[in-house]
Amino acid sequence: MDRFVFLTFDGLSRGAVYAAFALALVLTWRAARVVNFAQGAMAVACAYAAYSVSAATGSYWVGLAVALVGGLLLGAAVERVVMRFVDHSTPLNGVVVALGLVLLIQAVLGMIYGNEFRPAAPPFSRGAFQIGGVALLSRFDLFVFAAVGVVLLLLALLFTRTGTGLRMRAAAFAPDVSRLLGVPVAGMLTLGWALAAAVGSLAAMLVIPTELGLHPTAMDVVFVSSFTAAVVGGLDSALGAVAGGLLVGLLLSYVSGYLGATVAPMAVLALLVVVLLARPGGLFARASARSA
Amino acid sequence: MTGTPAEQPAGTGTETLDTPLLEIRNLTAGYGAAPVLHEVDLAVPAGRIVAVLGANGAGKTTLLRAVSGLIRPSRGQILFDGRDLCTVRVEQMIRRGIAHVPEGRGVIVELTVEENLRLGGLWRGRRGAERAQLDEIYDLFEPLARRRRSPGHQLSGGERQMLALGRALIASPRLLLLDEPSLGLAPRVIAQTMELLRTLRDRSGMTVLLVEQNVHGALSVANDAVVMSLGRIAVRDSAARLRTDERLRHAYLGF
Amino acid sequence: MSMLRERAAATPATTQASPGRPRVWFRLAVTVAAALLIVLLTYVLPPFRTYQLATVGAYLCVTAGLTVLIGRNGQLSLGHGALMATGAYTLALTQNALAGDDFAAPGWALAVSVLAAVAVTTVAGAVVGLAAARLRGPYLAGLTLAVAVVVPSVTSTFDSVFNSDQGLPVVLNPPPGTVPMERWQAWLAWAGALLTMLLLTGLTGSRFGRDMAAVRDDETAARLAGIDVARTQVLAFVVSAACAGLGGALFALLAQSVSPGAFPLTLSLFLLMAVVIGGLGSLAGAAWGALLLVALPALAQSAGERAGSARLEGNLALAVFGVVLIVVMLAAPGGIQGALRRLGHTRPVREVARLIRHPKGGT
Repeated sequence: MDRFVFLTFDGLSRGAVYAAFALALVLTWRAARVVNFAQGAMAVACAYAAYSVSAATGSYWVGLAVALVGGLLLGAAVERVVMRFVDHSTPLNGVVVALGLVLLIQAVLGMIYGNEFRPAAPPFSRGAFQIGGVALLSRFDLFVFAAVGVVLLLLALLFTRTGTGLRMRAAAFAPDVSRLLGVPVAGMLTLGWALAAAVGSLAAMLVIPTELGLHPTAMDVVFVSSFTAAVVGGLDSALGAVAGGLLVGLLLSYVSGYLGATVAPMAVLALLVVVLLARPGGLFARASARSA
Repeated sequence: MTGTPAEQPAGTGTETLDTPLLEIRNLTAGYGAAPVLHEVDLAVPAGRIVAVLGANGAGKTTLLRAVSGLIRPSRGQILFDGRDLCTVRVEQMIRRGIAHVPEGRGVIVELTVEENLRLGGLWRGRRGAERAQLDEIYDLFEPLARRRRSPGHQLSGGERQMLALGRALIASPRLLLLDEPSLGLAPRVIAQTMELLRTLRDRSGMTVLLVEQNVHGALSVANDAVVMSLGRIAVRDSAARLRTDERLRHAYLGF
Repeated sequence: MSMLRERAAATPATTQASPGRPRVWFRLAVTVAAALLIVLLTYVLPPFRTYQLATVGAYLCVTAGLTVLIGRNGQLSLGHGALMATGAYTLALTQNALAGDDFAAPGWALAVSVLAAVAVTTVAGAVVGLAAARLRGPYLAGLTLAVAVVVPSVTSTFDSVFNSDQGLPVVLNPPPGTVPMERWQAWLAWAGALLTMLLLTGLTGSRFGRDMAAVRDDETAARLAGIDVARTQVLAFVVSAACAGLGGALFALLAQSVSPGAFPLTLSLFLLMAVVIGGLGSLAGAAWGALLLVALPALAQSAGERAGSARLEGNLALAVFGVVLIVVMLAAPGGIQGALRRLGHTRPVREVARLIRHPKGGT
């Protein structure tokens, strides 16, 4: 029972990260109708930059700021320089170009930093608090919850309370009409990519100090888990992505805890297959179309 | 517009006749290589309603899309207030005073009524005035006020019409481009729409370029009308003459 | 699917322009000529180059199958690296089991092992294909990506069979007579590659090939025309998986070992790049892609060695592949094969040809 409680909290902590990363996928999807397969590689690039800066300045927080700002810039650059020129009449093209970015980014990271794992220190202790003899949460877990919670809150405020959020949603739903109403649609698209990449960077900063470590391909498996989370929630739904992320986190934690860590990726694959085939609308999506 | 008709449905004075608000010269435009519009000339004087009539595929919608910049002409000029529109970005049109209600009304069905309306005034970037503008529109279209929080996809055709018009009017445009507002609406609603256009013109001097298949409705309110055919302007005359001249009606409007 | 359609239009030789399949004798003649060329090359090239040639052959099996799936049928798969792993591990397990303790398999064992590899991968492909047929675009890409990522997890979980990260050795009997190993491997690889190409060119020219193109271009229209869309898509996946299985088996024979490290996600991305660069939908382009998969890393490696940087050495090819993938998608639909064909079909040439056919300047 103690173990179950521990695994549950551990799973929620992992799940919060998957939720953030899935949310980033949903942001891009809603803004541009592209699943950004390069998001993992982009986030790792930002994390490398962050740890370089942290190592130079001795401050984790400066590094975190670099990761977030770097995410904004990288996301905007990818949209402005590459994605804008992709023929999006078939979703295949965007996916292929994103995969090209994956290769390029991972190669550049390998050239600069090498292809070996680098340890990444967490900003807080990962030792769990004991409550009544049961290990529950570490300080780092609390930091993860707080960071993801703040991001969720800020995004919710942006999209429901501000004119920019309204413009972004309008531009995504109806670009031509929005332009006629004076919305700078291209700018909103860039902003959407920038925000998504920043959220993705944050997720990487939260997951890399755990057992993952820093490596050019570190986020590949996280991407698959988060993609599954996003699909579970329905790619269009931000709340669904969060719920899906927590669900995937719990599943991974239980499977790793009871069956062994090597089984976890297979469990994710199984979940993805089951959801895609059995609930094609995702568990929380409004739209049922799965073909876009 | 040449040959100003002797009789007009509403007096608008003569001061605008020399400098039309919108002037299209020798416009050739289309999609890809094949032009849809061929050497179109059209002048829309300020404070008047000009109806663009014609069959499906005559180029009416393309004409509106060229004015608001959604497609770029391969030749010709579009002057608004004497200044060329061809280099103005679509996003800037509403700041210039041009509102375009596109084919199918363009209500963003995923957004609520209020969000759609707010979108119409967002370009001003003044939050303080927003409430007053919204209330003005809700006064004008009372059914919308009751449905502020409803998403667009729950609205009836008539309500969508009100929303599209309200969203355009919130920008207080000088030129309103309307693409088939009467499509799919009940005759009573069409009549109300045309009445509203008449009021807007007479009270606030709004200029309207009105694309319509509904010839009766359009001619009931327009000052002038052109009939388009195969991307060219076949007839231009006063709305009153088109209404009464049987020969013209038979030849170009088919009734 | 307009970009894909443009590509199909840019590569009309087998479907649009000449209805029906290329004549059987023509395809056979090309295959025999290619085989003679390969044999000749294996006698001319030094052993290392011969080994690279063999690798091209093994890649060609996979890129050809993937070309049919992506270019002809419009389904994107990132899981072909995993399918190759399936074929490779099946071959290793069968071959080692047949060999027993003395590490010398009977003569017929190799054929049985390769067939087993193809059969098992075909079944695996059918399973993935059944799921894939219900998915489109990013969903399909995501699912197949998950399949690609799961390989190390499977080999670690069932390590008593797959021996975890260490992998398995592959028994390969000494070649017959005095043939050196590399030459023998090249012959094996290219026998598989040429057989694959022969069968696939026949397939794409057949009614099934036209069904696939119809499904790719417009599913609804294809359905209205009486084509069983799901069946066509599953079959396309199965065919493509069988090719990947054969390619994987050949890889195992070349490396004489299998391990999960040989089938990373990057491999699946490389395969995709090869197919895109070659020109989606063109089987000749698949050959270009396979060639590049071997040549580019080799060139990059020697460039890295010259620069004296180990990091550059390993990553330069990756970077080039990424850039090329992006640039080709943005700028050069049709890939290498499309560009070659365009050289022969440049505008003035076509105009002149048109005038000759229709001297009065008609349509």
